[in-house]
Amino acid sequence: MKKKSVYSFFNFIFFTYCFNQLKILKEKVMSTIFLSKIEVGSHFYINFNENLHLHGETIFVSSLVVIGLSIFLGLATSKLQRIPTNLQSIVEIIYDLVKSISITQMGPSYYSQFLPFVATIFLFVLGSNLSGALIPWKLIEIPSGEFAAPTNDINTTASLAILTSISYFFAGLKIKGIGYFKRYIKPAIFFLPLNIVEDFTKPLSLNFRLFGNVVADELTVTVICSLVPLIIPLPIMMLGLFASSLQALIFATLAAAYIGEVIE
Amino acid sequence: MVDSLISAASVIAAAVAVGFAGLGPGIGQGNAAGQAVEGIARQPEAEGKIRGTLLLSLAFMESLTIYGLVVALSVLFANPFINL
Repeated sequence: MKKKSVYSFFNFIFFTYCFNQLKILKEKVMSTIFLSKIEVGSHFYINFNENLHLHGETIFVSSLVVIGLSIFLGLATSKLQRIPTNLQSIVEIIYDLVKSISITQMGPSYYSQFLPFVATIFLFVLGSNLSGALIPWKLIEIPSGEFAAPTNDINTTASLAILTSISYFFAGLKIKGIGYFKRYIKPAIFFLPLNIVEDFTKPLSLNFRLFGNVVADELTVTVICSLVPLIIPLPIMMLGLFASSLQALIFATLAAAYIGEVIE
Repeated sequence: MVDSLISAASVIAAAVAVGFAGLGPGIGQGNAAGQAVEGIARQPEAEGKIRGTLLLSLAFMESLTIYGLVVALSVLFANPFINL
């Protein structure tokens, strides 16, 4: 009896030892494969003063996206030809897509005024989503937080959503004048509170839709990578690539639809 | 003590948020995909248009689930009640 308990005690010690060794091994393997840990909600803060903190990685990647988009569009449209070169035909495809979105949502008479806004939103969201998915940011280490898509930060998407809401107010006031405010009592007078609440829920839902989709993509990829690091995450990454370009299309469509709803 | 209680409640809340947020859009997406397949079977030449509309509406339904996920993530990683 005693012998058995001693045996089981040694067994326990042995298994604990093995388990600890395995844990250390796993951590070593993990740290070599992943280079950085899963981090949610941590940022590389740049402090201006006590009240103003900037998210360094978001600002860096989004300015990189803006610079890249400007260079790409400038190169593509610098020498316009009747028979388009490769770059020019890509830009023409994008232009056709954005134009068709705007025409279907805003009608043929007003779309040209708001086409630049819709195109800007589409290109920025597409560029930032793809920059998070395509560039291997994990190779670069920074003290806290990690480089990712700028739309991974809720502040970026919130600013885009607030811009959309400002622009549809502007569109309504510009095209309908003061009669714009008739919209609030449109079906009947008691729809007034609902219509006012809708003004706040529109940017909120735009914001959470984009932010949540991008974060969900990246979290899914990270979690599956921590389970099976090789090959298995590839289809999920492809799905994320597809979903993030779809989100750009949806954000642009909704921005156009909100403007179109106001001016009709 | 109160903090640990709040953490436990937050974990359950996150699970409930994601679970119930997945329920409705799942049914909706199934319905939409089924109808789209029916439409393609009845009219195979309209496949491209149907696919585009289907993907767009699927993404809209997906966003409802994402709202639940955002609530779950904020409860897990940025809990507003833990340092009151």
